[in-house]
Parts: sequence; C-alpha cells; structure tokens
Amino acid sequence: MAAVKETVDRVKAIDVDAYKYGFVTDIESEKAPKGLNEDIVRFISAKKNEPEWMTEWRLDAYRRWLTMDEPTWARVEYPKIDFQDLYYYAAPKSMAGPKSLDEVDPELLRTYEKLGIPLREQEILAGVQNSRVAVDAVFDSVSVATTFRAELAKAGVIFCPISEAVHSHPELVKKYLGSVVPVTDNYYATLNSAVFSDGSFVYIPPGVRCPMELSTYFRINERNTGQFERTLIIADAGSYVSYLEGCTAPQRDENQLHAAVVELIAHEDAEIKYSTVQNWFPGDAEGKGGIYNFVTKRGDCRGDRSKISWTQVETGSAITWKYPSCILRGDESRGEFYSIAISNGRQQVDSGTKMIHLGKNTTSRIISKGISAGRSNNTYRGQVSAHRKATGARNFTNCDSLLIGHDCGAHTVPYIESKNASAVFEHEATTSKISEDQLFYCTQRGLSEEEATALIVNGFVRDVLQQLPMEFAVEAQKLIAISLEGSVG
Amino acid sequence: MNKPILQRARTEAETALIERFDQGDRRLVGATDLRAAAMQRFADAGLPNRRVEAWHYTDLRGAMRTAALARAPDTATLPLARQCLAKPLAQTNAHRFVIFNGAYNEELSSDGAPPAGVTVSSLASALAVGDADVLDVLKADTPGTGDAIVALNTALMQDGVVIRVAPGAKVERPLAILNLMTGGFAQAAFLRSILIVGAGASIMLDEATAVCMPDATQANEALTVVVGDGARVDYAAQVAEQGANSVALHSLFVTMGANAQFNGFCLVPTAGLVRRQIFARLEGEHSTISLGGLSLLRGKEHSDTTLVIDHAVPNCVSREFFRHILDHEATGVFQGKVVVRQHAQKTDGGMKSQALVLGEDASMNNKPELEIFADDVVCGHGATVGQLDKNQIFYLQARGLSRGEAESLLLEAFANEALDLVADEAVRARFAGQTDDWLAHRSGR
Repeated sequence: MAAVKETVDRVKAIDVDAYKYGFVTDIESEKAPKGLNEDIVRFISAKKNEPEWMTEWRLDAYRRWLTMDEPTWARVEYPKIDFQDLYYYAAPKSMAGPKSLDEVDPELLRTYEKLGIPLREQEILAGVQNSRVAVDAVFDSVSVATTFRAELAKAGVIFCPISEAVHSHPELVKKYLGSVVPVTDNYYATLNSAVFSDGSFVYIPPGVRCPMELSTYFRINERNTGQFERTLIIADAGSYVSYLEGCTAPQRDENQLHAAVVELIAHEDAEIKYSTVQNWFPGDAEGKGGIYNFVTKRGDCRGDRSKISWTQVETGSAITWKYPSCILRGDESRGEFYSIAISNGRQQVDSGTKMIHLGKNTTSRIISKGISAGRSNNTYRGQVSAHRKATGARNFTNCDSLLIGHDCGAHTVPYIESKNASAVFEHEATTSKISEDQLFYCTQRGLSEEEATALIVNGFVRDVLQQLPMEFAVEAQKLIAISLEGSVG
Repeated sequence: MNKPILQRARTEAETALIERFDQGDRRLVGATDLRAAAMQRFADAGLPNRRVEAWHYTDLRGAMRTAALARAPDTATLPLARQCLAKPLAQTNAHRFVIFNGAYNEELSSDGAPPAGVTVSSLASALAVGDADVLDVLKADTPGTGDAIVALNTALMQDGVVIRVAPGAKVERPLAILNLMTGGFAQAAFLRSILIVGAGASIMLDEATAVCMPDATQANEALTVVVGDGARVDYAAQVAEQGANSVALHSLFVTMGANAQFNGFCLVPTAGLVRRQIFARLEGEHSTISLGGLSLLRGKEHSDTTLVIDHAVPNCVSREFFRHILDHEATGVFQGKVVVRQHAQKTDGGMKSQALVLGEDASMNNKPELEIFADDVVCGHGATVGQLDKNQIFYLQARGLSRGEAESLLLEAFANEALDLVADEAVRARFAGQTDDWLAHRSGR
C-alpha cells in the first residue's frame, strides 16, 4: 500500500501552478469561422493579402491533405482530433499590420513583458550591450513585432514575418518554400502548408555573419485555436546565423493544436544554429488540457561544407511529435542534434532526429537526453542512414534516458541503415535511474531531495545545455528545475 | 499494426498457401481449431512486407513470389539423405533426431534410446493423441503469436520433435535436431519442435537445417523451449547448405522460470534469405538469458535477426551479442527489442550489434530498441557499422602478409569473438571450421 500512497502523494505534489506562463491575455481578437474548408484557406490567404500563386499553393496543399491519413506510428495516445472543431486563424483585432511598436496594443506588449521578452529595442539597449537579440513575436496567428530590423538590414540580413516576405521577397519565398519539407511530406506538414498563418523568414546574404542572435517567440492565446507557423531560414554561401525559438501558451482545459513547419537551407560553407526552448502548456496533473505539438523541422545542408545544428529543450506540450532532421547533401557537410526532452505528469514525448547522409565525407552527431518522471512516456526515435554514394559518412549517436519514479516509461527506437561500405556508424544508448549514492551525497550536504535531483539532472543534460546560446542556457536550466517539480516522491 | 491499410489483392504465394490449407491435407493431423485460427490470422495479415514494422527491412512478400510445395514422404531419396548425413556439418557426437522432408525419420536418427531422463516423440504423433503439454505450449500467447510467419507455421506444421527432459536430469550427451530436405526443386517444409526442460535439469541442443541439393527451398521452422526453474539450456543453431533463392524462416520461443539459464547462438554462413526471430520471456526471477550470433554473407544474401526479450519479472539479466560480416551486395539486418515491464526492477540488459561491411554495395540495418517501464534498471545497447581498420591492415602488411591474408586474419578475429559465446566445444570447433571455409572462399584460397 505504501507504493500506492506514494503515487497519490506524488500526483498531488505536481503543482499545476508550476507552469508560470499559464495566464491568458484578455484581448479582442478576430477569428476565422470554425472548421476547415477551401473557403477558410482562401480567407487566411486573403487576410494576408497574398498573391495568387500563394493562394493556389495553399489550396493545392489542402486538397492533398484531404487524401491523407493521420500517422499512427508514434508512441503517443490521444483522442482523435476533430479538425473541424478548430479555429484556423486568430489575430488580435486592434492590429492590422503595425507600422511601429507604438501602434501595438499595450495589452500585447504587457503579455510579452510577462513572458520576459522585451520587444522595445531601447529596453534591450539599456540592458547588457553584448547580449542583444532580435525578436520576432508571433501571437496566435500573426506576427506582432519584429525588433532590430533596421540594424539587421544594414548587414543585408532579411528578418521579417513570412507573410511580409511573400510580398517583399517573392523570388526567395517561391524558390525555397517547400523545398526542404515538400507539401505532401506528412499529414501535419501538409495541413500546415494549407493554413499556415505566420512565422519568421530569415535570409543571410553570402559571406555575412549575422550580427546578433535572431529569435522568435510563439504564443498561443485564443481558445480552440490551432497555431500553424512556418519558418524559413536561408543561409547563403559562407554565412552564419544563430536562431532561437521559444514557445508558451495559456493554461486551458482543452487541448490546443500546434503544427509548425521549419525549413532550413544552408548553402556552401554556411552554418545555421537553431535552438528551441519549447515550453507549451503541458496539461495538468491528470493530463487535462495542454498543447498537441506536431512539428516538422528539417534542415538541408545543400552546399559543400555546410553545417546545421539543432538544439532543443523540450519541457512542455501534452504530446510532442517532433523530429528535427538534417539532409546532408553537400560533400563534407555536418549535421548536429542536441536534445533534452523532459516529461512529467502525463506528458507523452516521441522525439528524435533523422540524419540522412547523401554527400561524401558527411558527418553527424546526435546527443539525446530523455528524462521521464511522473506518469509520462518519453521515446527517442531516430534514423541515421548512409546512401550508396555517401562514402566516408560518419555518425556518432548517444542517447541516454533517466527515469524518475515507477510509473513512467523510457523508450529508444533507433534505425541505423548503412548502404555504404565506408560509412562508420556508432550508436550507444543507456537507461538508468538517478543513483542513490549521488542523491545521498547531495542531501548529506544540505540540499533537499528535489534540489539534489535538479542538480543531478542538470549534470546529466550538461552536454546539451552547453550547446545553447548563453541567454537560453540560463533559462533552460531553470526550466528543467520547474519541469521536475513534484517528481520526487 | 499488422492490419493492411488498404484491402489489397493477395499475391500468388499467399493464395496458394491459403488454398493448400483449405483443401485439407491428411498429413496435417490434430490441433484443428488451433490451425484454423492461425490460418485466419495469416489470411488477414498476408505475407510480411515493409509496411509491417517488425519486417521493415525484409520484404518477404517480394522475396516469396510463389509458394513451394511440401514433398510427399518417399523412400527413394533415403540414400541421398544418408550421403548428406556424412557431410561435416552433420557430424556430431550428439544423439541425433532427423526430420527428413517434413517428417520425423527414425531410421536416419541415432540408434538406441535417447540419454537417460530424455523422452522423445514426434510432433505428429503427439498431436494425433492430443498431448496436453504440447497443446498448451502451442496455445500459449507469446510475444510472437501475432507474427504472420508464426501463424503460418502453426497452421501448416507437418512434424517435428517433442523432447522432454525430466526434472533434475543432467544430460551429458548433447541432443541434436537436423532438419533435412532433399531439395533439387522448390520444396517447402513447416516444422515445429518443442523442448520442455524440467526443473533443475540441464541439456545441450544443437539444431541445424540443411538441404542435400540446394535449390529454391522454403523452410518455416519453429522451436519452443520451456526452461524450468533452475534449469540450464545451451542451444546452438545453424543454417547451412541453402540455395541462392532459398527462404529459411526460423522462430525460436523461449520461456524461462526462476534461476534458469539459457545460452543461445546461431551461425548463418551463406544463405538465400534467412530470417531468424527470437521471442524470449523471462517469467521467473534471477534468470539469465544470453543470445549471440554470427552471420557471414556474400553475393545477394540477406540475413535478418529479429528478437524480443520480455523482462516480465525483476532481477533478471539479458545479453545479446550479434556480429555480421557483409561482402558483395549482401544485406544484414539486426532488430533487437528489450522490453522491461513496470515491475521488472533491477533488470540488467545489454545488447550489442556490430557489423563489418566489406562490399561496396553491401548494406546493414540496425534497430536496437529499448522499451522500459521500470525505473530501477540498467539497460544499454550499442550498434556499430564500419569497415576493416586501414591501420590494422597496414600493420599486418608491413609485417609481410598479403592484403588478402591481412584481411582474413582480421575477419577471423572479428568472427571468433562472437564464436566464443558458443558453450559447447565441439559445436564451436565446427562453427570455427565453417567460418574458415567462408573466409577461404572469400580470399580465393
């Protein structure tokens, strides 16, 4: 009976308030009618004042989506999503394309202040000079503000909402949109192609090292809305960019859908570093509410010696279905994937990566750390493959899982496929729990069991944290401590 | 997951197999309901293909276009069988049971009574009298029950050997099961053997599958091993003398009691398409299971080892160690899944798969899986794919070895590390001999 009591206590202890971004912003918004059909797709396209080719592109995606089935292979369980019971477009009413921050609803600015994201450049300038970050903030379906654009423009860097890029840089959008994640790539990517509302567009011209970190903050506010953002990052020959993405959502009883598509293109000698701190509302202790996160992220190392690096810290979402991948097309290109996935309560995580080696002497590295607590399930699912012409392909994979508590699960499903004699692949995976010796050592020195767990976990994930930009690393460390609150019985 | 997404037309082979069952074969005695239910499962699923997750790397539907026929028993081919038995691979000091062309053959089996403590009957006779133990084993719901190939075996099983080892019996002399086919044409065999080992007993079982005149044979074999509390079973198997277009399917089921031990090893030297599946369940505490294998492949050969280890109770240990050497256009597949159930605390699981890819067009697919629901466990797996180390070859060449000799030496060392797992010395020596032959063929010696 002791075990049962312990479980009950633990569930009680999971403090729902631990999710500190659960507030709702009371703001009037304009929504498209509920449901999805061709008219809604046209409506979204019209709202964005898109050219005809874009509308057709969306409609084509929608028609293809109708013929597709929802994927069921992931180790996640959820009631069937009624795609007709969702709003596909929501925008703060007061705002039809703000010219400057002064036109932005103060309520919105306060929301972002609460989230700790300063949108006013002068505030940022007032802070530490060296840690400037240009931010694109996306609220429900629209981008509300993008900072530091003028300064970026000086360097030739284009950083704007994708809805704007469709107008201002149609040649780039036409050339690259859907070139990494094809319209019919998978069920959710196709849905996104039909109804995507906004997202960030980044173009770094040849030889330019982006002068500051670029960042996007996504926030789902409205009830019953799905957020479908689309990010497109192009690093031209010899350029470098570091991009951060953060996500939060209010605490709601119902589940909200988030189906994003991120496409990265790295040309010759270019490097893209993409970091995510995903902290969507994970649902309450009983698994009620929370975000369904079905995301397609893929990078294409198109040029020789290009490099794409994914770093992710996944702490939120009721369901995570996400596999940031690299297509290593250019010779000597490199792909990296660093991931921390933490699940607590009744969260379900099925995440991992794909490294597709196509070019010669391509290398990839995968470091994945999964931590499951409470009654959650945490799966690493990854694929490493070398094609016939990928001579000298090299991969190293390390995925470690840590289990906290008796009711959670940790799973590892790697697919390692080598079609080339000169490919060298190494894979190692371990699963264990926090050692009692380590816990004892820490508690002996005056730490509470919870603090000790957080300390040990931070040590466990250190390899990945080191890959994050400094501003994010601090945030991520705190996030890990919050996510694991109540996980020690 | 085995449900087809779209209703699709049956292939010629599938239709032939289902029709053969429907038409009835008087040789398929006993277990009528069991067979019918299994056939229904097969009819629903069809031959495994890439859409079935457990068969992702082996497209049996594509490889088995037609279904071969089971040969009617005759005496005319017996002399040929005797010649086959004289071949080195059949040489053993064990007490041997021979299944020839799908039927247990006493004449070809070892003379005299089996070792003390061992009782033997044919599967056909056990089914004919409705042997309760045998039916229990066949009805047991194991992790592999849902597999289409297992269902096909249950539906069409012709014969096999049922071996019972009395509790406490320490059987010194190894036992051997040899599945022998005449070959010379597309011939099928569906065999099912059962080994029930009583508490505290120990036994060594050596199993081999061979064809006298290698051709497009299709063998579907299954072996169930029930290891009693405190018992120990050593098991060695090999596939040999198969034609290039042959299909050899083998399913091994192991259920283990408490404090039991099972050591299994399988050698696959040259084959057409080989699929070996192992479904093991640890049902008693403090048991240890160790599985190993070595596949030596060339040409367009394809070898698939797929295993599921189910830790249902605490305090058990499992170890898997598999190696592949792939030349030419050969394909190796290793899929290993270790499941640790919620109450199976203190589980210690380790799995390793290593492959040397020699041929430019050879490929290796690894899928080591962990599925863990208990928190106090130590589980790990490792998988590597690579080629021979250039520095090592250079080192040996610098000492006067030719490139071919240097390669052979390194390959032999790689293979021997796997063969070290074979418990029985005589079997290990035989496997080492076959490995030498394979390497000699490779270097053209």
